[in-house]
Amino acid sequence: MTRPKNRIRPSEITPEHVYFNRREILRSAVALGLVPAAAPAFGASIPASGKFSNLAEWPGSLDEEPTEFEHIATYNNFYEFGTGKGDPARNAHTLKPHPWSVEVTGEAEKLGTFALEDILKPHTLEDRVYRFRCVEAWSMIVPWVGFPLGDLLKRFEPTSRAKYVQFFTLNDPEQMPGLRYPILEWPYREGLTMAEAMHPLTLLTVGVYGRVLPNQNGAPLRLIVPWKYGFKSIKSIVRIHFTERQPECTWNMYAPQEYGFYSNVNPNVDHPRWSQATERVLGAGLFSPRVPTLMFNGYAEEVASLYEGLDLVKNY
Amino acid sequence: MIPRNPVAAAKVVVFAACLVPLAIVAAKIFGLASFGANPVEEVLFTMGKTGLNLLWITLAVTPVRKLTKLNWLVRLRRMLGLFAFFYLTLHLLTYIGLDRRFDWGSLIVDVTERPYITLGMLGIVLMIPLAVTSTKGWQRRLGRNWTRLHRLVYPIAILGAVHFWWQTKADIREPLVYAVILSLLLGYRLVDSRMRARRRAAAQRPAAP
Repeated sequence: MTRPKNRIRPSEITPEHVYFNRREILRSAVALGLVPAAAPAFGASIPASGKFSNLAEWPGSLDEEPTEFEHIATYNNFYEFGTGKGDPARNAHTLKPHPWSVEVTGEAEKLGTFALEDILKPHTLEDRVYRFRCVEAWSMIVPWVGFPLGDLLKRFEPTSRAKYVQFFTLNDPEQMPGLRYPILEWPYREGLTMAEAMHPLTLLTVGVYGRVLPNQNGAPLRLIVPWKYGFKSIKSIVRIHFTERQPECTWNMYAPQEYGFYSNVNPNVDHPRWSQATERVLGAGLFSPRVPTLMFNGYAEEVASLYEGLDLVKNY
Repeated sequence: MIPRNPVAAAKVVVFAACLVPLAIVAAKIFGLASFGANPVEEVLFTMGKTGLNLLWITLAVTPVRKLTKLNWLVRLRRMLGLFAFFYLTLHLLTYIGLDRRFDWGSLIVDVTERPYITLGMLGIVLMIPLAVTSTKGWQRRLGRNWTRLHRLVYPIAILGAVHFWWQTKADIREPLVYAVILSLLLGYRLVDSRMRARRRAAAQRPAAP
């Protein structure tokens, strides 16, 4: 077995008990008056140290033990760096997440190309523990770092014609060796309805486990839509496009009968080639059973109203 | 104790080599090495791929033997075929026991509704009579029918290749390599039997006056 060169050494990872204890520590520090209760979290940026400080707590976080960082960072689907699960961790060191900019196009007032620093600046980064469910029927629990996508989209002042928003991943074969093979139609693209994009759970993400996103996880800027299959949560975003019509989405273009536009996690609607009723939790060990998949990945209470009156079997 | 007979020595080497993938998985189970994020998938893929590799190698014995005239190679064939059966059976048992956890309801749904699982399972089931009749005794008892029966290995391999192809999400490069190699292995046999038939026909024709 070869060891990827760019692997994060275990010594570099904040031990999970320390990572999760810091909430306790912070809470007691606030109680003692050592730290102001409203931490000055404005002015989000990507820290040069690789570690975020002053992350705001998010009350909705899952109360479950997150998946080990090692698994989150070494078991990835990011075809721009190869189609094997271990390929992105091995190959993504060629991605240059800095400097980075995002182009905004389509049905909005404020269009143009924006530096990542300017995109992040007015926002407050939060620490949110979400479920993550891949269409391949595996799942994990991830402490992401980000802020609601809707807060950013509002700044571009979408027009009344903006019914959907589409995202594009970087398309640079110099940085992404997998782009040399026409496995999917590049650049990778994904889309949401405006209502989905503005939903407070939809997270524009810059970190994981309190650290800057590893390249293989979609640095420097990715989407997390926790009630949809993972492929909707597009990585390494370089363009945001507001549009009136349902936008093209990469996996939907590749196999429309297998991957719908919505792709909401739904245990009752199987993928044509495998069941979606249960999932395998990453890191759970060889002899652990699969666990039942939850409707909307457990976020039904928050998001089901978005789909009222929509036939979820037809609109998979 | 190194066997003096070179064929016996080759058998020992091949036997040991065939056990390597199993030993790696066993080492991981007993904590001597570590699994990645998805151990069930890892075991499932190791068993499946090793089984297919060995099946392809088994099918390569005859063409290689004929092309190189190394006739003793045929004496390794039974062991290779049985190891292919062994790994593919472990692949199936991993799926039934570790992945589906003997949930017969979901297994029935998988087998009846998911063609790649149906075909894969059919392929392994068809290997059972070949494994059972692999002994010298059965070979003698069945005579010419033994060869006929063991031609089942061709459709079995095709089922394996299709099973591999159909479970792939988008990147078909690897199953494509398996399919191409299998076409060469089967294509060789077609060409070879045609040529032999022609030669036989030529030999039976009366000599020109």
